[in-house]
Amino acid sequence: MAGLYVIIAGAGKVGWNLARELLERGDEVTVIEQDRRRYLTVEQELEHAVQYGDATELWVLERAGIQRADLVVAVTGDDEDNLLICQVAKEKYLCERIIARCNNPRNLTHFKLLGIQPAVSATDLILRLIEHEVPSYGLVHLLDLPEERLEIIELVVGDGCAAAGKRVADLALPDGALVISVLRDGSGFVPKSDSVVEAGDEVLVVLDPGLEEDITNLFVANGASG
Amino acid sequence: MFVLVVGAGRVGSSVATSALRAGHTVSVLDEDPLSHERLDVELGKSWEEAGGRFTIGTALELDALIESGIEDADVFIASTNGDNTNLVVTQLAQRRFEVPKVIARVLDPRRAAWYAEQGVHTICPTQIAIDQLEQAALETA
Repeated sequence: MAGLYVIIAGAGKVGWNLARELLERGDEVTVIEQDRRRYLTVEQELEHAVQYGDATELWVLERAGIQRADLVVAVTGDDEDNLLICQVAKEKYLCERIIARCNNPRNLTHFKLLGIQPAVSATDLILRLIEHEVPSYGLVHLLDLPEERLEIIELVVGDGCAAAGKRVADLALPDGALVISVLRDGSGFVPKSDSVVEAGDEVLVVLDPGLEEDITNLFVANGASG
Repeated sequence: MFVLVVGAGRVGSSVATSALRAGHTVSVLDEDPLSHERLDVELGKSWEEAGGRFTIGTALELDALIESGIEDADVFIASTNGDNTNLVVTQLAQRRFEVPKVIARVLDPRRAAWYAEQGVHTICPTQIAIDQLEQAALETA
């Protein structure tokens, strides 16, 4: 397959790494970064494949050659910017393929309303992974919750807390909370119901807003202070 | 009429206070509680005392928009200090809430012109300044 010409708006962690991968694959890439210092850092590695400018401005997109782009990927940290970059790419420059990053899952509805698809939300991706990896967890119930009512938090399991040494099945998590990942000794796994949570583990929990205190009491506080 | 102004900087607060003085129902949404003071100062008394509504919130939050009364608005004005925010929130007002009259302030002339072609009513202060400067310069030349 002939290489693509890809314009990436935003040279943050996502944009930079994406550019690297695409360049290694043999695609042609232009990254646009509006922060001068970040641009200079990234430019040391990517050289002419990164340009300095505000990708929401039409002339900046044109300078990057948007007219011949096969794909525009907007991965800045600002959802409004990502929305408008993709909207202009699609509707003004008739770019056939766009991908937008949605930082705040609450804004996904705006991307849909304005026809900016696909909009990728990390929260959403992790939810899909849960569906794939651990269907036995009452997951249907979780996915029934509207996206914007979910949070994912990371915490370190405290010494002597209620959760330490227990199997996931015995954790007595409140409804609307789920352990989706356990990191131990540098490697991570998706816990099964008989996986044991140990003090010092880093766990990712997906939960309804408002349950943070219950989760903290379970995973962090020791018996005395809880 | 019910006028909703999002972004109470110099422009937004002036439009809001004159709409209120003209007898309209006016609601203001701004993320900075301090912008409320600008409204008070312009009126010489408290904004609420004069009959205005004020909501603290971010323009893209649906809850904040609804709390500020977007569902009943006849006129929607996006005058935050960000072109991108104004262009997105204006399209939300138009397409999601179907506000009859929707206006966005956009500083970037090229995008103001393109979005105007797409059916978004844009006002571009930069273009107005350019036109007036050119006119003034040519007149004196």
